Amino acid sequence: MTSIRAAMRHPQFRAGAKDMLGVSLGIGAWGLVTGVAMVKSGMSIPLALLMSLTVFAGSAQLAAVPLMAVGTPIWVIWATALCVNLRFIIFSAHWRPFFMHLPRMKRIALGYFSADLNYVLFMKRFPQAREGEGQIAYFLGGSIVNWAAWQFPSVVGIMLADVIPTHWGLGFAGVLALLGLTYSMLSDRSTTFAAVIAGGAAVAAFALPFRLHIVVAIAAAVCVGLMIDGSGGAGRRIRNLLADPGAQPRGDARKTAA
Amino acid sequence: MSNWEVFITIVGLAAITVFTRSFFLLSDRELVLPDWVRRGLRYAPLAALAAVLVPEVVMSQGHLIDTWKDARIFAVAASTGYFIWRRGILGTILTGMAVLVPLRLWLGW
Repeated sequence: MTSIRAAMRHPQFRAGAKDMLGVSLGIGAWGLVTGVAMVKSGMSIPLALLMSLTVFAGSAQLAAVPLMAVGTPIWVIWATALCVNLRFIIFSAHWRPFFMHLPRMKRIALGYFSADLNYVLFMKRFPQAREGEGQIAYFLGGSIVNWAAWQFPSVVGIMLADVIPTHWGLGFAGVLALLGLTYSMLSDRSTTFAAVIAGGAAVAAFALPFRLHIVVAIAAAVCVGLMIDGSGGAGRRIRNLLADPGAQPRGDARKTAA
Repeated sequence: MSNWEVFITIVGLAAITVFTRSFFLLSDRELVLPDWVRRGLRYAPLAALAAVLVPEVVMSQGHLIDTWKDARIFAVAASTGYFIWRRGILGTILTGMAVLVPLRLWLGW
């Protein structure tokens, strides 16, 4: 507890909170929509509150709620949420060097609060794990703002589900927040290229059950990424194209590679 | 679903959140990932975001949209323009909504 209080006094705590405030409008709109959706699907208010306060994962909740409304078997709902949350397993591998100096229970607690936006903002700010930079303080500042910006609108949505109109496109604010984040993560041409592949694969594989199209898209993008990084001929050609996209028709790229 | 079943489902979903978000934080032992896994992981988070995002923009009811009269396309185009110009996430959201809401409410796109 004392360490949390010390972290809150650290200047990085405010920096983390401030960065998260910049995207809190999008988080809030998304939380509101999720709250409304839970109650509109027929869930009772106490259960909707329990879901919001414990599950704390917008995309998994939005995927699970329509399934629960039509009485899908529980294991299918859990499998769906697991697939939607697979990205957090990948994120947790990235969190590891930053959190490993802490005891296990604290690591699990920090992991629980590490939503998408925490990950994006944190990794942008701290490419390397280092002591003495106030990285945990920055994380806590962002997490607290993120938690509040999500939970308060979500509770409002649950309580006022019948009077909040959504037909004007409130839900799309969440998508736009995700869009802004994705853009700010595009660091170089090869990750951009892999992201485009992922988007295309997700649309092509959309008909798969349990939202598995997300897994297919990640797999496709990682394969293409490894191809670009690796030394194989196809990857080298793509890399050459991406290195100088202006004047490189495919034939020229092959010549430079050879 | 009975309230009791909904309750069990929610408890399981909460456990899934904890499990996935802390997956690689659980073990105390040093984690040795093969080199290709580490390189591949660089591409995964962005891919996950793109995979969630792109269908939300270009699909409706599980099909690719076949009309340009869709407010989402114009909203995303405006947001993209704003991001290239200014790089702020809040502005990206506001610009997109400023385009989306009038098209939805007045033109019904």
